[in-house]
Amino acid sequence: MLEQPPARTLVLGVGNTLMCDEGVGVRVVERLAENYRFPEEVLLLDGGTLGMDLLYYLEGVENLLIVDAVQADKAPGELVRLQDDEVPAFLGMKVSPHQIGVPDMLFAAKLKDMYPSHVVLWGVQPARLEIGLDLSETVAVQVDGLVGLIVEELRKWGYEGERLG
Amino acid sequence: MRAVEDALGVKIPNNARILRNIIEGIQYVQDHVIHFYHLHALDWVDVVSALDADPQATSDLAQSISDWPKSSTDYFRGVKDRLAAYVSSGQLGPFANAYWGHPAYKLPPEANLMAVGHYLEALDWQRDVIRAHALLGSKNPHLQTYLVGGMASPLDPNSQWAVNADTLAQIQGMFKRAKEFVDKVYLPDVLAVAPFYLEWAGIGGGLGNFLSYGDFPEADGTPWLPQGYILNKDLSKVYPVDHQEISEYVTRSWYEYDDESQGKHPWQGETRARYTGPKPPYDFLETDQKYTWMKAPRLAEHAMEVGPLARMLVAYASGHERVKAVVDTVLGVLGVGPEVLFSTLGRTAARCIETVVTAEKLAGWVDELAASMASGDLKIHEWSAWDPNNWPAEAKGWGHTEAPRGALGHWIHIKDKKIYNYQAVVPSTWNCSPRDAAGKPGAYEAALLGTPIADPDMPLEVLRTIHSFDPCMACGVHLLDVTGRELNLVRLDSPNAFAGPLLRFGGKAGPSSC
Repeated sequence: MLEQPPARTLVLGVGNTLMCDEGVGVRVVERLAENYRFPEEVLLLDGGTLGMDLLYYLEGVENLLIVDAVQADKAPGELVRLQDDEVPAFLGMKVSPHQIGVPDMLFAAKLKDMYPSHVVLWGVQPARLEIGLDLSETVAVQVDGLVGLIVEELRKWGYEGERLG
Repeated sequence: MRAVEDALGVKIPNNARILRNIIEGIQYVQDHVIHFYHLHALDWVDVVSALDADPQATSDLAQSISDWPKSSTDYFRGVKDRLAAYVSSGQLGPFANAYWGHPAYKLPPEANLMAVGHYLEALDWQRDVIRAHALLGSKNPHLQTYLVGGMASPLDPNSQWAVNADTLAQIQGMFKRAKEFVDKVYLPDVLAVAPFYLEWAGIGGGLGNFLSYGDFPEADGTPWLPQGYILNKDLSKVYPVDHQEISEYVTRSWYEYDDESQGKHPWQGETRARYTGPKPPYDFLETDQKYTWMKAPRLAEHAMEVGPLARMLVAYASGHERVKAVVDTVLGVLGVGPEVLFSTLGRTAARCIETVVTAEKLAGWVDELAASMASGDLKIHEWSAWDPNNWPAEAKGWGHTEAPRGALGHWIHIKDKKIYNYQAVVPSTWNCSPRDAAGKPGAYEAALLGTPIADPDMPLEVLRTIHSFDPCMACGVHLLDVTGRELNLVRLDSPNAFAGPLLRFGGKAGPSSC
């Protein structure tokens, strides 16, 4: 949590990798990092379940791309794309501070003038949320496609990914 | 760790004792402030109402309660403008997941705006002060320095890769800033908000039984915050804790024992899950049967409340000078007596009081460590027990600490160099306990009895009391809801008759572990 990245573009995968599809955001960013190299200005980050602690990674960031499991009332495995003010940013009531998450972080970013100029969220409707390290089949088959979509998003922001291997 | 140290008879080095106190102490301070501003404040502060505040009047209010520098009219105008811009952007469900405008909110707009400003400042503040964990234990959360026998952080005044004089100086700076925020923002805010909610000094009291294992051992072994328990709100007597009197029932829990009319001491403890509830999603849980993943821990057959209020009451009743002084000061400012501590507001005040006394204690522990290092003692770990060949064939241990949310105990039984049994009884299990074999409720259930509810569809009042305990739940799932629907709000199954465990939490709260 201490190092400030020089990044102007942040690809943030969030979720809990101990809960199957909950961790899809992290898995996608891992796959992206395995297969592509990007200019230094692009930071690929495994945000885990840190929530508010991720706020300070937004310092100086112009483009934010979030990958997460989302509840979007879609069929399991379906993808959702939201951008800018469509991405939920709110201060929500919760039972425990352990539930403070991405929307709270984005709310704080708005009130602290740290909200990036461009925000895109790619979400996946999960199929399985229970204790386990592996993605469900339904979600696992989407990972490579999602990696390709993220490469495309980054290209629109002016970053060309170098395919590895 | 302490359970294994107890089982194997390991005495940790003096430096490790001090380092553990420092790390735990700043954890209290950071945790309590985050709890207040980022969770609990929303129970009392109506963020939308802040849009009606006059920045000049807000500045006057802030300066009347504290000399904290960030309190100018321009500062609060900036906060209000950004909040207004956010609200007017009208994006997806901006405040859908909260109860803004609820009639139980009583603060004037200026107090609400001041609190929003402090919410934002607490973010920067906590990030600064918790760097102490990174310097002493590599990272936060989940420090990487705890070991059976001591700590892994090397101490060496002559090495830049060890905890040295420079590290300690940096930490002293953080702790000074920690204390300043607590004294000039957190405490004044609690004192400013409390008078608007004094009726909550008579609501949410609950069991009246309070347990503290005590913690922060000083050089002579006595804990800085004392061990003991109190029964029936009687502050004239503190009972000694005998851990052999702790047992866990599963009579109303989704586990099985051979004989469920009896509790089990954790050394004999079992965790055999057996779900017998309805198939989710369901609307109703039969509370005369098994209804939760929580076990029911009891001490000498008493249900107990744990947490900052329990610690402060045990310290107060034990004659702890500093705790007594700060408690009496706070009660004096509010013009109330100690009986109000047995309440939702008392729980919230006690957490703040504990933060005040802990924040001022930190510097002394850092000085103690510096003096120890200066005397040439750099030992941080005791290795003698690391070879299992030196272990007895069988050993049992009890390790206890006071986590920020309350009494935490681990019990281990080692047999033939392996873990034969391990059980943890964590703070939220005490507080969230279901009924036991005798039908006695746990702390949450007791505290919610008689809670007035203005609007059953928006049970803000229930959240106030539950939040006052600082519950630990739903660590597991952080699903982002993009449909604008509420995910985490509490539902009341029977809003008009609070007669038992009527709470259900939306989302995916599973077996809690902390």
